[in-house]
This record gives sequence, C-alpha cells and structure tokens, in this order.
Amino acid sequence: MKAPPFEYHRPSSLDEALGLLAELDEAKILAGGQSLLPLMSLRLGRPEHVVDIGDLGILDSLVVEPDGSVRVGALVTHRQVETSAEVAAHAPLLHAAAPMIGHRPIRTRGTVCGSIAHADPAAEMPAVALACNAAITAVSSRAAREIAAADFFEGYLQTVIEPDEIVTRVQFGPWPRHRRGAVVEQSRRSGDYAIIGLACWLDIEDNTITDAALSFFGVSDTPIRVAEAEDVLRGQAPTQSTFSAAGRTAAGVLRPTSDIHASANYRRHLAAVLTERGLAKATAESGETR
Amino acid sequence: MSEPTVITMLINGAPATIEVEPRTSLADLIREELGLTGTHLGCEHGVCGACTILVDGEPVRSCLMLGVQADGKNITTIEGLADPISGEMHPIQKGMHEAHGFQCSFCAPGFLMSAVALLEDNPNPTRDQIREELGGNVCRCTGYKTILDGVEAAVSIKSGDNTSSTNLAAEVDR
Repeated sequence: MKAPPFEYHRPSSLDEALGLLAELDEAKILAGGQSLLPLMSLRLGRPEHVVDIGDLGILDSLVVEPDGSVRVGALVTHRQVETSAEVAAHAPLLHAAAPMIGHRPIRTRGTVCGSIAHADPAAEMPAVALACNAAITAVSSRAAREIAAADFFEGYLQTVIEPDEIVTRVQFGPWPRHRRGAVVEQSRRSGDYAIIGLACWLDIEDNTITDAALSFFGVSDTPIRVAEAEDVLRGQAPTQSTFSAAGRTAAGVLRPTSDIHASANYRRHLAAVLTERGLAKATAESGETR
Repeated sequence: MSEPTVITMLINGAPATIEVEPRTSLADLIREELGLTGTHLGCEHGVCGACTILVDGEPVRSCLMLGVQADGKNITTIEGLADPISGEMHPIQKGMHEAHGFQCSFCAPGFLMSAVALLEDNPNPTRDQIREELGGNVCRCTGYKTILDGVEAAVSIKSGDNTSSTNLAAEVDR
C-alpha cells in the first residue's frame, strides 16, 4: 500500500517536460494523480520515472472560445468543471458527468484530461469525450497533433498516445442550440465506478430527431458508441417508444462481459434501461443549452 | 531525483520546510515526519476517506497526493480545527461531540474535514446534501445516522441556534 520508489521530476516548462519524456524510459505523467497514485500504491504500476506536470501553468486554463467550444487544459480538475457556470452553459454533458466521478476529494485533484488519457472504460469522461467527439491535443518534442475522440481509445487503459506525448488539452465543439443531452449511470454505491453508464444527446428539430449519440461506458474495453441504436433514433419523434426501440437495439448489439460486479446479461438489460432513462432525461431537461 | 526533495508548506497555519522522499504520500509525511497523527490512514488507495485533509481549503485524499506535491500548499488537518490559542473546539467538533457522532472514531478525522469543506461552501445544507458530501467517507461503527446528526448540530451551533439539543431529541423520536 505504499508506492514503490521512482525518480521524481518536476519540470518548470512544457519544453522541459517534453524533453524529459523524450529522453526517459518508463516515465509516467503525474497531473492530479487520482488514477496513477492508487495504481502505484497497489503496486499495479511501477514507473521508473514520474514527471509531475503540476507546475505547468500553461496547462491550467478552462476557456470558452468565441464560437462556444470549450477548451479544457490538462490541469483542469473535475471540480472546476463541476462548479463552472460557463461549462454548464457550453458543455452540458461535461458538466453533467463531473459530479458522478468519485467523491469530492477525488474531484478536487483529478483532472478531465487525465481521466481521458487514463482511458478506464468504466469512467465517465472518456465516454463524454466520445459522445461529443471532442478533439484531444497531444504534444511531443517532435510535433503537436489533434486526435478525434473517436480515434483515441484503443483498449483497456490504452490510447493512441505515444510515450513521449502529453495530452495538453481536450476541446469540446460548440453545443448546438437544439441539442439535448444527459449522462446516466448505474453503480453499486454513489461515487463508485459505473457498472454501466451512458452519455447521450439528441438533436431535435420540429419534433424530429435529426442526429443522436449514444456513448456507453463500462460495457467494453473502451467507451463505445452504438451506431445501430443511433440510427434507430434518427428521423423519429422523440417519444418513449422510440427511446425503447433504441434501447432494445443497443442491448442487442453490445457485448459486455461478466465480472464480479455484474453479469453480461444484467449489463445488457441495463443498457436498454439506461438508454430509455438517459434519453428521457435529456428531453425532459428544458432550457436553451440543455 | 529519487533523493529527498526539500519542500515548504503551511501546515495548520505554521510554515514548515521539510525533506521528503518522492514516494512518500502526503499522509505519511504528515503523520510520520510532522508527527500529526490525527490524520488516519485506512485503505491507502483513496477509497475509505479517513485521510481526508484540506489543501488550499479544498478536501483532498492525503493518501492520493505525494508529499512533494504539497510544495507551496496550505494544508489543514484535524489538528488545525480547534482554536490554536484558546483551544476552543471548532463547531463541527462541538456538533459531533453533542450528537455522539462516532463510536471508535477511526474515521472521524476524515469525516470532520469533509464536513468542514461542505459547511464552508454551504453553511446550511440539507440532510441529503450532507449525505451526498460525506458519501466518500466510510464508517464501520455507526450506520452514519449520528454522524449526519453531528453535522446538523454543527450547523445549529455555527448559526448560534442553541436549540440543537432539542432538535436532536426530536430527531431521535422520529
């Protein structure tokens, strides 16, 4: 229950951090530490080097761009997102997911970008990023690149990020005026990782669903969108029976596994339930931006 | 750099400059180097909440923060709650005392620090809000009811309402 020894580095500039990552083997980036430090305490992770990016003030900005997109720097915490009226107005799914993460002391330290980079398939933020197809910026001493969330997650705790890269920010595109979203999950206790969860949105114009996203977490080795169920929604009126049909399709398509927390069948059942519940919640919540 | 690093922080209002090994958690630093053993360690991986402290006024799991990450921070532990001069207890301590909030009290420091953070943000929380905010702290003795009562008693004490004992009696009757 104590972390194994490691070499600690606290760079004072992004360039210095990128130099360290390029040069060191087996280095892990430490931001909030709410995923990395438990792994190290449990001796599931034994990095030789830890590069603490906590002093890189350039990464701590939470900005709403003039076009309404929301840019979340690598050091922005879940708590900042949870308590920001601007995020609530311009990135409602991000705002809705934040209070579901752990408990407040975890959210005080844990970062949005860290959660996305950690890529736990049962975590909220990766699924929200996927639902919104957020753009993730990764920087190395070689280059900077922007990766769509749809191309970002590769497997359990695995992403396309290279060992010498830092995720410096995630950007959520403008939230359309006619879009309604919600995040729902089923967990054993409040604050636990979800047995299964869903980040979803619907674009509704003239009482017709013109576009939709159903992004599940806790049912695969990555967060996963179910295109077949989204297709069921498009062109339909936003009614309970439409939502139920989409839920049935999602439950039929998803291939969750059984584990200590829930059987595969129960997860499939919950996929249908949460689809109905999430879409009903999304459409029930009124207001310009919700 | 696996050698000890020198850090400076404010601990319960007093500056401290101290050498710390990178692998040492803030909780171990506080307990073993600074001798402040009021902060308790249960699970040491962020689940039980016993080690909750305030860092720059916000609640944090001190087992999920490295000591070196506390460089330049303002740390408050359970030892920092009572008035340093008069020794008078903090309202949350009085409230828990009044409500017999705990039994074995292993979890108490974490609950108290979480409750302090809650009352800073929301001086008059509903019982559901208290329940939600303390949801990250585990107690194996009480079944939580008396702890929630203690926070409510603290709210009454803070607002200068002396009828809290009566409220508690009414609560017991419910």
